[in-house]
Amino acid sequence: MKKYILSLVTLFSLTTGCKDDSEFLNIKSTSILLVDEVYSDPRLVLSAATDLYNRIPDLVEPANFGILASFDEAFASGDYGRHQNREYSYDDWSYWDYGYIREINLFIERVNAATKLTAADKARFAAEGRFLRANAYFELVKRMGGVPLITESLTYDYSGNTASLRKPRAKESEIYDYVISEFEAIKSILPKTPGEKSRATYGLALASKARAALYAGSIAKYGVNTPTVTLSNGEVGIPVAKAAAYFQTALDAAQELINSGQYSLYQKNPDLSTNFANIFLDKANNPEVIFVEDYKLQSGKTHSFALDNQPRAITEEGERGGRLNPSLNLVQSFEKLDNTFAPLAINKGAATDYIYYDKPEDLFADRDPRLQGTVLVPGNLFKSRSIDIFAGLVLGNGSILSGDQLGQLKTVNGASVQVVGLSGPIEGYDGSAQGGFYMRKYNDPVAGSGQIGTMSEVWNVRYRYAEVLLNAAEAAFELGQSALAAGYLKQVRDRAGLTKALTSAEVTFDRIVHERKVELAYENHLLWDMKRWRIAHVVWDGSNSDLTTQPGKANEPSTRVYSLWPYKVYNPGGANHNKWVFRKVLSSRVTQSHIFRLGNYYSRISDAIINNNPTIVRNPNQ
Amino acid sequence: MRYTFIPALLLIMIGLTGCELDNFEPPKSAFEGRIVYKGEPLLMQSANVAVGNNSDFPVFLELWQQAYNNRSSIRIPIKQDGSFSALLFDGEYKLIVPNGQGPFLWKRTEKNTPDSLAISMQGSKTMDIEVTPYYMVRNPQFTVSGRKVSGSVKLEQIITDATNAKTVERVSLYVNKSQFVDAGNSINKADLAGTAIKDVASVSLTTDDIGTLIPSQNYVFVRIGLKITGVEDMIYTPVQKITLQ
Repeated sequence: MKKYILSLVTLFSLTTGCKDDSEFLNIKSTSILLVDEVYSDPRLVLSAATDLYNRIPDLVEPANFGILASFDEAFASGDYGRHQNREYSYDDWSYWDYGYIREINLFIERVNAATKLTAADKARFAAEGRFLRANAYFELVKRMGGVPLITESLTYDYSGNTASLRKPRAKESEIYDYVISEFEAIKSILPKTPGEKSRATYGLALASKARAALYAGSIAKYGVNTPTVTLSNGEVGIPVAKAAAYFQTALDAAQELINSGQYSLYQKNPDLSTNFANIFLDKANNPEVIFVEDYKLQSGKTHSFALDNQPRAITEEGERGGRLNPSLNLVQSFEKLDNTFAPLAINKGAATDYIYYDKPEDLFADRDPRLQGTVLVPGNLFKSRSIDIFAGLVLGNGSILSGDQLGQLKTVNGASVQVVGLSGPIEGYDGSAQGGFYMRKYNDPVAGSGQIGTMSEVWNVRYRYAEVLLNAAEAAFELGQSALAAGYLKQVRDRAGLTKALTSAEVTFDRIVHERKVELAYENHLLWDMKRWRIAHVVWDGSNSDLTTQPGKANEPSTRVYSLWPYKVYNPGGANHNKWVFRKVLSSRVTQSHIFRLGNYYSRISDAIINNNPTIVRNPNQ
Repeated sequence: MRYTFIPALLLIMIGLTGCELDNFEPPKSAFEGRIVYKGEPLLMQSANVAVGNNSDFPVFLELWQQAYNNRSSIRIPIKQDGSFSALLFDGEYKLIVPNGQGPFLWKRTEKNTPDSLAISMQGSKTMDIEVTPYYMVRNPQFTVSGRKVSGSVKLEQIITDATNAKTVERVSLYVNKSQFVDAGNSINKADLAGTAIKDVASVSLTTDDIGTLIPSQNYVFVRIGLKITGVEDMIYTPVQKITLQ
């Protein structure tokens, strides 16, 4: 028996050992694709492109929403450090990913060199690569100012001399010019398919071009207000003389997209607030959305926004939810239906001289419907259930009875009564509605979205048509064409549900700022807008200012987030029994006022980067 | 049973002895001093708040050690009394005031970068750093009437040449419960815009009534600050404790 086995083994080794020695180790891998294999099949090129799309830098993402509470739009119910830091670090919001730029450059070069792809595929993939590269440079210039402009892959020759790889920073205007010209050059190569939301299209190229030109224009125009935020060679700062040309470019690009008729404002639901919320939820034939980062259930690409922001009263996952609470600062910015601004009518002067409401949502009834499309106010339903926000009871003698557990019951005059809402607010209770409100924008109302095992597939909207209209309005306003600006604003405001049109005389800088603030809240615009208008250091000025009484003014300080806490009147037999009152609250967790220093306008380029490339100059005021 | 102790004992011994080779000596040389103008300290916003990242300090100096190729700055915060201190390794350093820091002018090179000051550390060192402030805030005087605090100062413009002179944006009187008093730490304040100042030799301000203090205390700390147009950091008077009536 043993002999047989031995001879069998010998036989096998003889039959297999005959390969040529040079071929012996030359086995085709079954798990690695080589570069020319990838670039010979359009499906594989698409997956390479997908990786690059997946790495588009976004400051705010559904899974990274904490930064929304860093300014004045939201209270971080749990992450209190955001309200206890006075200074923003110079390192905040920095971005320097030349690895990504290099891979895009390689992608474009390889697509252009490919021999087995059709000409149409090659053109589209190369244009997509150029979109991604221009988009990355747009992100770099927004955050860091002018950066080295590298548009081809660099190779080190191992000579010990790296001087040829060290590129100095380009001017800020040169980066914007490059970005704008790239978007212009690729727009006609990209497909005109408004139904395509995840890949670069004609519409996206124009929307990006309008946004970039508008940013450059306002930096040129408003940079004069911050003369120290410049560098002598133009790495930071754009000459004011260039402003008009940029605004004209922005207006032309926006108008080209508007006149193409490919996109329109989302108007599917007769309930105006629900309609506004649905812009972000409706993935079926959404006419407004231009470009997104998409998510899909059961695909591995889901996010936890709904998990972490579901109202605590109806949480689907134990102690999770309620982390981001919209602030009173933002809520009171939504104007009244007669186009006027006013703080919320909660008292007649003194804090305890209450105004009584039958239902908590009545306080917000005469406001812009976008308010309740963006924010869940006390009294709203979510997932068809009550979100139950109230901070305590106001008893007959005016004293307040509250508790320290969600939905706590206490005995009042012999009766057991709920003294605090199932969502709170309770001071310092993580996830309770400490700001007085919860998130509606981006918050997924689908059952199960609040479970760890399911999570949410709401997409992250990067570009949508309403912003294009607002960009057109702003560019037109800056060019002195107020009537045109009023027309574009009217479209956005009509859809929102504001019936009284603004006259061209009413279109002011404050109006433009306000309209973007309420339409685009929580959509990764606030920081960039405040920076390019050069009012970040005015609004976040470090002063201990009270909540403004002029919410329509663009440069009112807003350095701390205020909350609005509803209370239920408990006075059986009294005239106001079961009515609702409100108090403005500054949480004891908010201990510092934000100060945006002049050195924050452009993020810090780290010492490590400057060590590697000493031709890089530092950003101003740091 | 008893053999199981041997590996444990060995581990403890390694733990006790293994630290010596790979640990560095901590820096021991103290570098201390004040920011001064003609010997008078220049008072600023406190850096006493605990922060995660040291570029969050309101005003800071940078030290660059010369010994290494990969250079990274050491940031030294300025305290509210104008002093600073840092523990350093011995060696050669260069000190700069980064662009845009401090309510004063720092010498610049021909290339318009901050000029550097060579510092040689051999043991501890105390050194005042002379700068030229835009203004000096002198003769602070505070009075109390009821629950209002009034204060007055004299502003002296130091930098008067046409290229560098700056105007006063505002003068502010800050009141706080603790000894950290400045624009970011106050329970009450009074502002006077630069355009409303009639006589720079005597600028007076009065706060509103100071509300009830919880927990109760019958004293507050006050300070007057000067905000210069186009300059972020303010110049302050010394912190003064005053008793409310």
